[in-house]
Amino acid sequence: MLEPLLNSTVAMATPILLAALGELLVERAGIINIGIEGAMLAAAFFGLAAAYFSASLALGILAAVGAGVAMNAMLAVLVVNLAVNQVVAGTALDILAVGLTGVFYRRMFGITGKAFMVRSMPRLALGPLASLPIVGKPFFEQSVLVYLAFGIVPVIAWVVGKTRYGLRLRAAGENPAAADALGLGVYALRWQALLASGVLSGLAGAFLTLAYANTFVENITAGRGFVALAVVIVGRWNPWGLVLASLLFGAAMALQFGLQALGTTLPYQLFLALPYALTLVVLAGFGGGVDAPSALGEPYSRSS
Amino acid sequence: MLLKPLAALAAAVALIALVVLALGASPVRVFAALWEGAFGNWFALTDTLTKSTPLVFTGLAIAVAFSASLWNIGADGQLIIGALAAGAVGPMLGGWPRPLGIATVLVSGAIGGALWGGVCGWLRARRATSEVISTIMLNFVAMQLLSWAVHGPLMEPPGAYPKSVAIARAARMYMFDPPSRLNPAMLLALGLALGCHFFLFRSTAGFELRALGRNRRAATFFAIPADAVAIWAMALSGALAGLGGAVQVSAITHRLYEKMSPGWGYEAIAVALVARLNPPWIVASAIFFGALDSGSQAMQRAEGISPVLVQVIQGLVILILLALDTPAFSRLRESFGRFAQSEGYEQSLTEGSDA
Repeated sequence: MLEPLLNSTVAMATPILLAALGELLVERAGIINIGIEGAMLAAAFFGLAAAYFSASLALGILAAVGAGVAMNAMLAVLVVNLAVNQVVAGTALDILAVGLTGVFYRRMFGITGKAFMVRSMPRLALGPLASLPIVGKPFFEQSVLVYLAFGIVPVIAWVVGKTRYGLRLRAAGENPAAADALGLGVYALRWQALLASGVLSGLAGAFLTLAYANTFVENITAGRGFVALAVVIVGRWNPWGLVLASLLFGAAMALQFGLQALGTTLPYQLFLALPYALTLVVLAGFGGGVDAPSALGEPYSRSS
Repeated sequence: MLLKPLAALAAAVALIALVVLALGASPVRVFAALWEGAFGNWFALTDTLTKSTPLVFTGLAIAVAFSASLWNIGADGQLIIGALAAGAVGPMLGGWPRPLGIATVLVSGAIGGALWGGVCGWLRARRATSEVISTIMLNFVAMQLLSWAVHGPLMEPPGAYPKSVAIARAARMYMFDPPSRLNPAMLLALGLALGCHFFLFRSTAGFELRALGRNRRAATFFAIPADAVAIWAMALSGALAGLGGAVQVSAITHRLYEKMSPGWGYEAIAVALVARLNPPWIVASAIFFGALDSGSQAMQRAEGISPVLVQVIQGLVILILLALDTPAFSRLRESFGRFAQSEGYEQSLTEGSDA
């Protein structure tokens, strides 16, 4: 009973954590990426399509990362170089991704999509840890992407919190004009954060289609990118906080499957709405501005 | 004023032609099928108008919020709550006089949407919470709330299918010309567009709203109450979107289903930006996007291209318009202009160097 629940909690939390870690980097650099949902969706589709036609998992993951990076590069041109409104540009990318993936998917695979399956990513057992009771399989017998998601958390915490580069990144998000005056290169820092986030969104999308569903359905991300945005807020822009928030929201999403087994009469929609409602409560309780980067979402242009 | 939107539409159409080619279809035939499906006959035309109506309401909702620099991404959720309110109140109005029944249902929808949007305005004003995040979150809460309602408390007996009890006859919108679905809601939308225009550009409150949108610091310096404006502007925006949802229930569906919006709240961003947030133009822009929605069904039947192609167009139009509006682009155009007017190539080079 507990083991399958933990298992699906980890499966739900992994893509959210991957995307949220990328969003953390981007927001630290002062940009809010509403288009993260679209980047994940594009990655999920093009990753699966590449894996399907090439029969190679590695090429599939590569294509997913490529799609995530391409989406974020489009955003970077608009919000970094042209300094347009980040929210509107990101929303446009979300709409675009739904359209593009839907059009190509239906053209290639008709409406049933039955044939559009790939073999699941292999699960890797981590030695004796995997035979631990209850937590063994959910945490220590998973695909590489799961280990990667949780493994890069200390790396990102270190880079953002302890290195000179992390300090520059945060300066770009707190006061871009001052950072530029110091010659830190705000445009370059923001581009780098967006590209790194593109890679992570790409992996998040790859996880959805190549390790979890093994197929594609339209709008398969189903708001997970937006949950990642919420995770960054609830996790207070702290990588370790993101882990806790991802697992919490992953558990809420996993509970909808376990409800009948638990014998409760609570409507499953309650659990589906929980991540979003909880984010609102956290926002209303802490306010938005305490830990958030000061210049978050403000268009910044050197010339004005 | 119209140049940039038209340029953006033209560029989007060119890019779409490339997408269609990549799909292995003929752009000419696809565009012909779109046109035929949107305006080809009387039925297509009425379908286009019917599909444009909710876009006018949500487009106006976006225009009001964006004019105040309040980035309301939640028109979809506000529309859903408006529909939910209408679908919950509607079945109770049996035996009411019809004008009163219709008005009650529409007002319920507007109130529902106003609350859903107003909460985000309040969070922004009192808790320093970005309305972007709160409106997105509430979109998903609204979707789940609707799903729960049609599976639970509002479900039609015996409960075989997730849909709600039908609204009373008194709550159903008049129809001009059945079986076409032409109805007075389009006129209501037209009237509201004019109302929003006068409100935004001729009233003190509208001036305050736009002043805050243009320059928050300057506006607060002139004692414009930023917090109060954020709350009522978001409530007004939500009310307009909620009204759109109620109209849909009263005129078209007559009951609630699990999905009440195919994304009208997001499409509205494209509608409003193409119209430069200008209410009367929103009607024209909504008809354009409504025509795409209506034509896309015919396009699928004739050419086998999924109707979601329309969303590619929406996304591209927004992105291109954003890019065309930037100072970087204006500088580019100015330098082209100067180049054209200048007497020699060298002069344009020297002028270009100090720009």
